[in-house]
Amino acid sequence: MGMTIGEKIIARAAGVSEVKAGDIHTVTLDRLMSNDGTTHLTIDMYNNQLKNPKIADKDKIVFIMDHNVPAENPKTAQAHKKMRDFAKENDIVLYEGKGVCHQIMVEDFVCPGELIFGADSHTCTYGALGAFGTGVGCTDLLYAMVTGNSWVLVPETIRFNLTGKLPEGVYPRDLILTIIGDIGANGANYKIMEFAGEGAHNLSINDRLVLCNLAVEAGAKTGIVEPDEKVVEYVEAHGRKAENLFVSDEDAVFEKVYNYDLSQIKPVVARPDFVDDVIPLEELEPVKIDQAFLGSCNNGRIDELRIAAKLLKGKKVCEDVRFIVAPASNAVYLQALEEGIIDILMEAGAMVMNANCSVCWGSCQGVIGENEVLISTGTRNFKGRAGHPSSKVYLGSAETVTRAAITGYIQA
Amino acid sequence: MEKFTGKVWVLGDDIDTDIIIPTEYLAMPTVEDMKPYGFSPLRPELAAQMKEGDIIVAGKNFGCGSSREQAPEIIKALKVSCVIAKSYARIFFRNSINNGLLLIENDQIQDAVKEGDELTVTLGEKIEHNGVEYPIHSLPDNLMDIINAGGLVKAMQKRNNVK
Amino acid sequence: MGNTLIEKIIMRNIGADKVAPGQIVTVNVDRVMIHDIFIPFVAEKFKEMGFTKIWDPDKVVLIYDHLVPASAVEDIRHFKIGDAFVKEYGLTHVHRNDGICHQLMPEMGYAQPGNIVFGTDSHTITYGGVGCFSSGIGYTEMAAILGTGEMWIRVPETIKIVVNGELPANVTSKDVILRLIGDLRADGATYKALEFHGSAFENMSVASRLTISNMSVEAGAKAAIFAPDTKTAEFSGVPLEDIDWIYGDEDANYCRVMEYDASDFEPVVACPSQVDSIKSVAEVAGTKLDQVFIGSCTNGRLEDLAIAAKILEGKKVADFVKLIVTPASRQIYRDAIKAGYMKTLVEAGAIVTQPGCGLCCGRAGGILSDGERVLATNNRNFLGRMGTNKVEIYLGSPASAAASAITGEITVPEL
Repeated sequence: MGMTIGEKIIARAAGVSEVKAGDIHTVTLDRLMSNDGTTHLTIDMYNNQLKNPKIADKDKIVFIMDHNVPAENPKTAQAHKKMRDFAKENDIVLYEGKGVCHQIMVEDFVCPGELIFGADSHTCTYGALGAFGTGVGCTDLLYAMVTGNSWVLVPETIRFNLTGKLPEGVYPRDLILTIIGDIGANGANYKIMEFAGEGAHNLSINDRLVLCNLAVEAGAKTGIVEPDEKVVEYVEAHGRKAENLFVSDEDAVFEKVYNYDLSQIKPVVARPDFVDDVIPLEELEPVKIDQAFLGSCNNGRIDELRIAAKLLKGKKVCEDVRFIVAPASNAVYLQALEEGIIDILMEAGAMVMNANCSVCWGSCQGVIGENEVLISTGTRNFKGRAGHPSSKVYLGSAETVTRAAITGYIQA
Repeated sequence: MEKFTGKVWVLGDDIDTDIIIPTEYLAMPTVEDMKPYGFSPLRPELAAQMKEGDIIVAGKNFGCGSSREQAPEIIKALKVSCVIAKSYARIFFRNSINNGLLLIENDQIQDAVKEGDELTVTLGEKIEHNGVEYPIHSLPDNLMDIINAGGLVKAMQKRNNVK
Repeated sequence: MGNTLIEKIIMRNIGADKVAPGQIVTVNVDRVMIHDIFIPFVAEKFKEMGFTKIWDPDKVVLIYDHLVPASAVEDIRHFKIGDAFVKEYGLTHVHRNDGICHQLMPEMGYAQPGNIVFGTDSHTITYGGVGCFSSGIGYTEMAAILGTGEMWIRVPETIKIVVNGELPANVTSKDVILRLIGDLRADGATYKALEFHGSAFENMSVASRLTISNMSVEAGAKAAIFAPDTKTAEFSGVPLEDIDWIYGDEDANYCRVMEYDASDFEPVVACPSQVDSIKSVAEVAGTKLDQVFIGSCTNGRLEDLAIAAKILEGKKVADFVKLIVTPASRQIYRDAIKAGYMKTLVEAGAIVTQPGCGLCCGRAGGILSDGERVLATNNRNFLGRMGTNKVEIYLGSPASAAASAITGEITVPEL
């Protein structure tokens, strides 16, 4: 029987020729990622709950500090120190202040066909390169760190056949928010969201990262775009080999199939406090905002910064709006610097942050206050996600966010 | 002359405003909220131990550093009756006067006094400790005017005929 | 008998022919600066005092810098109160995210040579770098000034500091002021004004002078003023002939004169946790570091980023050490992009943050934890200033900071 992309990746990691949805397999992980959100907890367990612990393969582990960088209080500073000291002792590669973990992973590590655990829900981002990335808790991560293995229940696959191209002014972010709005925040619970078809192949790697990154907001275990030449090009341009480009077999079994014509997608926003409360921007009554945020592992790459710069050139950020921009990585920052984008943003009155999770993480920079409204390109709009419990977060595309920063309103 | 007695807490030289109240707590809504963190970098337990009428005896340059007025306000909120130091930093000095916190300059008592001792202060005249007297000076007239008005806010209220 | 520089500024301000140290005078305030941390308290006291309008809204500058970007929910309250105050009293000079107040005041021309300026921050003294008598005050006095436009001061004695000759290549103005603070001690200039004379100061850029004035408060000074020259006139955008009256007379009455030969200076650091605990960098070289910080109203200017970029060009920050760079203003950030410094710094591995007070005010921007050690270019190394009371803070020049970031230990810069 045929297999889906996700099944093929698991079969490879399990060292078997075939797997099917519902099977449980022991897998060898290709890579493990842990960030400063939880690494200190993992280290505590490693030190306190295991007898004579040893790292199975240090070369497979990547530590990345991105959530509270630079540290905003002694508590996070202490968590960072623990992480730094552990990395030093165990010779684990450590990135500190170089960018958001998922962007770093994609730039420097992820290869097609790999099975990767990350102690962060948005690890599903790596599907843009045809890999199976999934978020786990720190106990799972710890087990994988010391054994090199883990178990997985093979998920069912939902196939999204994409056709056509997104219209001008409509972005993959609008597409994925539309999909989440359609299928609901649990619409793909424990499933794989597989994106394929010529519409998917029309999307750039940047676009695919946006798509896969938000798969978890529909509950998915991962999101994967059918890999193609663009993936090979990207991976090779970043100095790696693209060897395992898996595509689903003709007779693979999908739990469901959805068809989306990209030309029909419109700009949308997700309203507070649910990612699946999605409505077309044109149907939204204008909403006055206090802060706008452009950045995150979802939408802080060069494409989005270009959109913001194009709209902001020669304009000013609305006087009573704080517009915070956080490039997803230093590579993105340097590219934007080269293209004059950072200067345009600074001239317009935006605040350009060091590359990190920033407002999307909502705890160290750009926190919002009581009853404030934020429009964000971040990943989530849960209650209180960006600050005070009474504050509201809307999610929209880079264009919607930048326009709101200029006018002070979320509006079509 | 006003006279009062209090128990002594001894602090050293250059007690800076960040020790009196760290920046971390400055955005708290009221001085009462900040009060428990007074002197916390140096002596985390001190604020909770201080009692009404206690006296701080310190060395030179007390209150150096930032302009944060919460520094004298917190000492006042801890109900310390006065600070006796060898010298004061200038912004802190002005801020204390403006908030009605009594500052006394004396550079000899530090050698004699131990934490927990009792001191008796007679304003504008002397400090008594274990039978020894230390002379102290009164403040210039313009500062006494502010203190007599009950601080700068009250002085301005008088100017603006606020009842 | 002539007059000191600060006496001349006070005399002109109050229209007197002579003032003497110790005299109490009431001055007309030319400009005030309020920042985000204290605006709620200023607003509250102002109302409590019974004022209904500001004496001259054009003379008031409100700057958000300590809490930008907000790292805690309560920070927003300060912005809201500030914004409401702006609306209610018609303030027009407001900067919500353009950089550190003490950089913006001279940079935007709010603090001009010969002015008397007060601000709700101790480092208001910085503007002496452009020939301004500026000093920090508390929020209650600020509220009173907002209502009256006046402030009483005691005419200070003046200490004259003379440095002649050429500073060694690896010595910056930061090393000079640290040495001076070490010699004066942390309270050596309390209630006094400092006045700077000699070719070493004349040869300095305005930015370097701002660094020196900025840190003078760490010796307790009330003011620290440079006589303006052509560089000042150009920086402040005023004709030299309008400001050439601002200098200390040869025969003025100085309470103390300190003379130095510029070639005797060397790179120095202030050791934990006193600003006046000064040692030469050579003496503490090799001390391991966890973090390096370049920024603040002391040393976050373009020339500071330039020297850091020069040292870091083609090099990498040491493994497990982080270098945080926080430009002092939006303009400096943009100028640093244009000059290529941002590229160099980020390529070297620096974490470049948005302009603001950042780590220096201890609220965000790279807080440290127990047992960690930092070399920073800012102005205070007080216990607990950048995290817990078990953090060791060394203060040094941007050159020493950059050189140390590469090696991961305190290192004498070579230039």
